Amino acid sequence: MSTSELMTGAEIVLKALADQGVQHVFGYPGGAVLPIYDEIFQQEKVKHILVRHEQGATHAAEGYARSTGKCGVVLVTSGPGATNAVTGLTDALLDSIPMVCITGQVPTHLIGNDAFQECDTVGITRPCTKHNWLVKDVNDLARILHEAFYVATHGRPGPVVVDIPKDVQFAKGRYVGPKNIEHKTYRPRVKPDQTAVKAAIDLIATAKRPLLYTGGGVINSGPTASKLLRDFVKLTGIPITSTLMGLGAYPASGEKWLGMLGMHGTYEANMAMHDCDVMINIGARFDDRITGRIDAFSPGSKKIHVDIDPSSINKTVRSDIPVIGDVAHVLEDMIRLWKAAGHKLDQKALHAWSKQIETWKARDCLRYRPNKDVIMPQYAVQRLYELTKDMDTYITTEVGQHQMWAAQFYKFEEPNRWMTSGGLGTMGYGLPAAVGVQMAHPKSLVIDIAGDASVLMTMQEMSTAVQHRLPIKIFILNNQYMGMVRQWQQLLHGNRLSESYTEALPDFVKLAEAYGCAGIRATKPHELDAAIKEMIKTPHPVIFDCRVANLANCFPMIPSGKAHNEMLLGEDVADEDVGNVIDAKGRELV
Amino acid sequence: MNAHLAATGSAYFLDTTKKEVETHTLAVIVDNEPGVLARVIGLFSGRGYNIDSLTVSETEHNKHVSRITIVTTGTPQVITQIIHQLDRMVPVHSVADLTVQGSSITRELAMVKVAGTGEKRVEALRLADAFRARVIDAGTTSFIFELTGKSDKVEQFISLMVPLGLVEVARTGVAGISRGPEGMKV
Repeated sequence: MSTSELMTGAEIVLKALADQGVQHVFGYPGGAVLPIYDEIFQQEKVKHILVRHEQGATHAAEGYARSTGKCGVVLVTSGPGATNAVTGLTDALLDSIPMVCITGQVPTHLIGNDAFQECDTVGITRPCTKHNWLVKDVNDLARILHEAFYVATHGRPGPVVVDIPKDVQFAKGRYVGPKNIEHKTYRPRVKPDQTAVKAAIDLIATAKRPLLYTGGGVINSGPTASKLLRDFVKLTGIPITSTLMGLGAYPASGEKWLGMLGMHGTYEANMAMHDCDVMINIGARFDDRITGRIDAFSPGSKKIHVDIDPSSINKTVRSDIPVIGDVAHVLEDMIRLWKAAGHKLDQKALHAWSKQIETWKARDCLRYRPNKDVIMPQYAVQRLYELTKDMDTYITTEVGQHQMWAAQFYKFEEPNRWMTSGGLGTMGYGLPAAVGVQMAHPKSLVIDIAGDASVLMTMQEMSTAVQHRLPIKIFILNNQYMGMVRQWQQLLHGNRLSESYTEALPDFVKLAEAYGCAGIRATKPHELDAAIKEMIKTPHPVIFDCRVANLANCFPMIPSGKAHNEMLLGEDVADEDVGNVIDAKGRELV
Repeated sequence: MNAHLAATGSAYFLDTTKKEVETHTLAVIVDNEPGVLARVIGLFSGRGYNIDSLTVSETEHNKHVSRITIVTTGTPQVITQIIHQLDRMVPVHSVADLTVQGSSITRELAMVKVAGTGEKRVEALRLADAFRARVIDAGTTSFIFELTGKSDKVEQFISLMVPLGLVEVARTGVAGISRGPEGMKV
């Protein structure tokens, strides 16, 4: 081979990204990735979005991936660049978001030398990635990059890291294209075992009180999975609830929809989980925020668990019929076999079950006390929903009370419209995620429903939004508290509000102006609609300071250590005795 | 696992039902690439699983494939989890539970240094003979025995050597293989 056919490592990186169909890379330059940045400068295919902090790059890539179904790509430098990316990598691992993170590394001969901006990137990121590679030979680089995309996007998606020393970026080597050959060892099963599907179908057919409990796996499986899920519900008439990560797979306006389940889920969803006789878990993982206390979790039900990851089966909750496979494939087979067998549920039993669910719904568990003088946070989300529901809208959130209110009151009709940090619970996720979503959907309305504490963790990314003309809307439910922390302190720690009040918050309107975007404030309920409309029509990024009732709390709530049928409803808890509703024993349970 | 935390009463540890703990020997075929052992060990420490013994060596040089043998203890549910968690790792080719596969053989090798004179020295030699331990180094005041066998045989030999002047022990850890004509998928 002549030297003219050889490419530098940096050229190989850009060629591999282009061949993988990557259009956007979120990153931040530094010493150990300068050769790659030099290549970025000299090409047009891959657009680089400069962030302000590497954590922002990872969350932006997550938002991008979650809203498009594509793989998010991140490029950061060695040392602090890599360590700053760790939060986002872990977040992506827990929420199964496909992401390829390329990190620069000090030259090979300096590795292990405590060189400037050196860290053991593969060592640090090993437990927070699906897989990672240190590329020591430029001739392995192209293969590893293609492998990285394969691993990130196949099976249960997740983040991967490719660590490239600077000398490898300069060295010349051979490029190989992405091949359609199967990976040497990693071949996740996507098509389910037919006998398992048959057993699942036959069990469902005998159910008197069936319930679908769906999760993020439906979204990850792609739009077909959501469509098939809707078909299956229509075919069988089974009521359906979803985890935080699965919202939108089944439309919130759907007739069989019970709302979200779990710690802050609806009364009807949690009661149905507790009382059902056949539970069909599709692409969810029995997370502890969903199950409450395991020994009292849905005691009378047989459980079917559909998951692409065999290690999710029987991890916390024993399933009677496990089905390993991709959700879309499994649902397709379930529908086909259900029709072929001519199954029909016992309509009388199903009717009685619906009646029971109606009585739970009648409790109106999300009810809150309206207020004429102060904006209730629930009301703010409701108005935001009403004024944006007919638009092409994407919602991201930070983590805390506002996140739960968004999940309870914003109604999602389609998948991939809801981006939130579920597993890791990363405050500061929503703003950079909105940047990523807006990059993928430049003409859509992208709103980060935020809290005042969370949003300050990654506020610097407003600068990114302004630079790249991304008109994201940051809708802050500002109560001057870390609301969820305070709620727990009130419920569990004798109302001693230790360090959960944020003194000296910035003036968010002035902050918006400082960043060169628009600031809007609403303090009274009657101003809210006009202010939201103004936000929507502003063609620039907006920070919306929505001053809400400071001490509002998020209900319903399953206190830790309680079962699904022992929920706390808002009406049970007056503001003044909020500290007394959980007994001493319950307070120990976290 | 985490049983010691049950006393705090935290909801994370409510599962207080005592289940029988079992010991299993797992064979894991992996790509012999940098960091693969750290990955496996990290899985065990990160998820709170036990490692009683771990051995690793490249077994197929042309394919760069290594075989790891792990002896671990846990409830049947935990053992199944460990197998699934290992199996989903990218460089892992296959995982076999030698304990449930029925007929399998496990062995480990120990080198045992014993120092002493007179009657104790004679007794050590006599016991070594009974255990079919070979003398691989001998001086006027010490022996090194090489012993191969199941772990309990090794344990027993070592405990017998204690009163006879046991100085130190080096053990390889357990290697295991299933009986019969079939091999593991590589």
